[in-house]
Amino acid sequence: MGKSENVGIGDLMQEEYRWGFVTDVEQERVPKGLSEDVVRLISAKKGEPEWLLEWRLAAYRHWRTLSEPHWAKVHHPPIDYQGIHYYAAPKKKAGPSKLADVDPEILATYEKLGIPLKEQEMLAGVAVDAVFDSVSVATTYKEKLASLGIVFCAFSEAVREHPELVRQYLGSVVPHTDNFFASLNAAVFSDGTFVYVPKGVRCPMELSTYFRINANDTGQFERTLIIADEGSQVSYLEGCSAPRRDENQLHAAVVELVALQDAVIKYSTVQNWYPGDKEGRGGIYNFVTKRGDCRGARSRISWTQVETGSAITWKYPSCLLRGDDAVGEFYSVAVTRGRQQADTGTKMIHIGKNTRSTVVSKGISAGEGSNAYRGLVKVLAGADNARNYTQCDSLLMGSRCAAHTFPYLEVKNDSAQVEHEATTGKIGDDQLFYLQSRGLSAEDAVNMIVNGFCKEVFKELPMEFAVEAQKLLAVSLEGAVG
Amino acid sequence: MLEITDLHVAVDGKPILKGVDLSVQAGEVHAVMGPNGSGKSTLAHVIAGRPGYAVTAGEIRYLGQDLIGQTPEERARAGIFLAFQYPVEIPGVANIQLLKSALNQVRRARGETELDAMDFLDYVQSRLGLVGMKEELLYRAVNEGFSGGEKKRNEILQMAVLEPRLAILDETDSGLDIDALKAVADGVNALRGPQRAMVLVTHYQRLLNYIRPDRVHVLADGRMVKSGGPELALELEERGYGWLEAAPEARRARA
Repeated sequence: MGKSENVGIGDLMQEEYRWGFVTDVEQERVPKGLSEDVVRLISAKKGEPEWLLEWRLAAYRHWRTLSEPHWAKVHHPPIDYQGIHYYAAPKKKAGPSKLADVDPEILATYEKLGIPLKEQEMLAGVAVDAVFDSVSVATTYKEKLASLGIVFCAFSEAVREHPELVRQYLGSVVPHTDNFFASLNAAVFSDGTFVYVPKGVRCPMELSTYFRINANDTGQFERTLIIADEGSQVSYLEGCSAPRRDENQLHAAVVELVALQDAVIKYSTVQNWYPGDKEGRGGIYNFVTKRGDCRGARSRISWTQVETGSAITWKYPSCLLRGDDAVGEFYSVAVTRGRQQADTGTKMIHIGKNTRSTVVSKGISAGEGSNAYRGLVKVLAGADNARNYTQCDSLLMGSRCAAHTFPYLEVKNDSAQVEHEATTGKIGDDQLFYLQSRGLSAEDAVNMIVNGFCKEVFKELPMEFAVEAQKLLAVSLEGAVG
Repeated sequence: MLEITDLHVAVDGKPILKGVDLSVQAGEVHAVMGPNGSGKSTLAHVIAGRPGYAVTAGEIRYLGQDLIGQTPEERARAGIFLAFQYPVEIPGVANIQLLKSALNQVRRARGETELDAMDFLDYVQSRLGLVGMKEELLYRAVNEGFSGGEKKRNEILQMAVLEPRLAILDETDSGLDIDALKAVADGVNALRGPQRAMVLVTHYQRLLNYIRPDRVHVLADGRMVKSGGPELALELEERGYGWLEAAPEARRARA
């Protein structure tokens, strides 16, 4: 029998993670473990005002009363919260004010990742904030944005420069008591990105943050807060990567979005944290709370995510549709392969009248990956004429992976219209043979089928990132067939 | 161009082809006919390299090269094309995207430069007319929601775009109304040429009213039981296949 007789969906191999290198920079970090003293130390290192320290301490005290949630369809050994460094920063003063102050090693790291920070080399029209371990190392295009009144800076800088905005909105969407990981984040968050777009301003470029975990035994707890004032618009993209290490690393971020009347926020994520090796050793635990508040009438928040990395992904970017006629959207591609696990989805909470939401979730499982969609659509009594459309599709590659769908529906208003469609399919040997018989390699054939499957989500991404996402998907699924 | 000698093929361990010989020269059109379950489609697919079809004995040579062991894409890049009886749907992938990727794979293998989007569009539009296909179908997902006739025309369009040396058409006439059948036949006739060979696999004679083959072969129970000129097809139309399966020649071959 020739080798052509053996091609088909078969064993899955693990392509090596390409972003797994470690950057050698001098680190400054607080000792392992978590206590009030550590919270105070982090706050002091950042020179924070008293109110913020009090907020952190309140979060810490609340966190101590909580226990780790276990309702998600993921499995992991107990996390030793005392075995983690809660703050790590490249030595030198935190938050350099200009690119020339950034350690060249770190600049080189970002170049290796394809994220050049030098403005003249940058992707046209994309402003980047780069977070390296716990601190933001560079924010580009800041001056140009400032001329429009747009604030785009590291969170710690926003605390210094715009304390009134931070104080008004911090925790207003994800309170410090929200859940175990959100409380932990509120206690120890070290940096992140802050965006404020003033009334009536359309942000003229994509804003982007690139998160990188470098230090070992270190958690990353960034916090992002985006406020779109009345009638403003902003599109924001985050990307992530981490070195390959044998131990698991915790990433517990919080993202809060606030859209006031007629404002539009588009939030896109390309998540490519280290997924662990093929035996399931190492990898990032990506336990993230993301929530958008459509606070004003006719406001709109759209989440688009492409999740290919992390050992475990636990995240539900959600929309609170408070304003009348508000619109919430969630478009997701989640890939699990090897021993990766994902439990991801969204919550659409219809509060205002005539609110609409759309959910399109595409789960791809390969190897022994486990992929769960978990989504809640809730229509409150006052939400007359609410509409939701949910579509969940799963694609299985091979016979040892799994896909699950957990839709939850709570409707308290009779005028609501809620639709849910779900499909589960496999890449068929017929499809593969068809494309191969047209001259495509097995790998190209799989990419074509998978990209077709994800098309409805990719078209929501800004153009440059849609191309990146397709490449990333191709790399993640390399060797998935044959 | 194609030399098949004593070919034995098993699918899931069950012998389907039991010693098939077939010789096709460049410029020729051959029809392989036979009753259901005779192994016609197996023959078509094994030439294209379908996984799971095990060659247990015999040879398939194409342009002097042994095909057995080559992947389907290697065969396609070398100029073999299979038009499917049941064209497969690829959701979310635009028809034009598949055509472009496929053509550029084949061009690369032929040592030609790849076509960019604009040149490709000109080229593909010039081919649409051959099969009477609407341009709109280029932008729909591959075969998704296509009618039976549109799917078959789409196969012929792919053939017209890829310009294979050897085209195998597996029951391309099945399920077509007379207009679609004519459109498909027109496309096939337009692609006949001295450098190209075609094998039409069909159950019915009616396709051969529109495409005149050079040779007609009858496959029954995994063996070629009769070969002849185009008149053989007419005889089959009149008499069916029963007389051949019972013919002494076939009985001898089975013994």
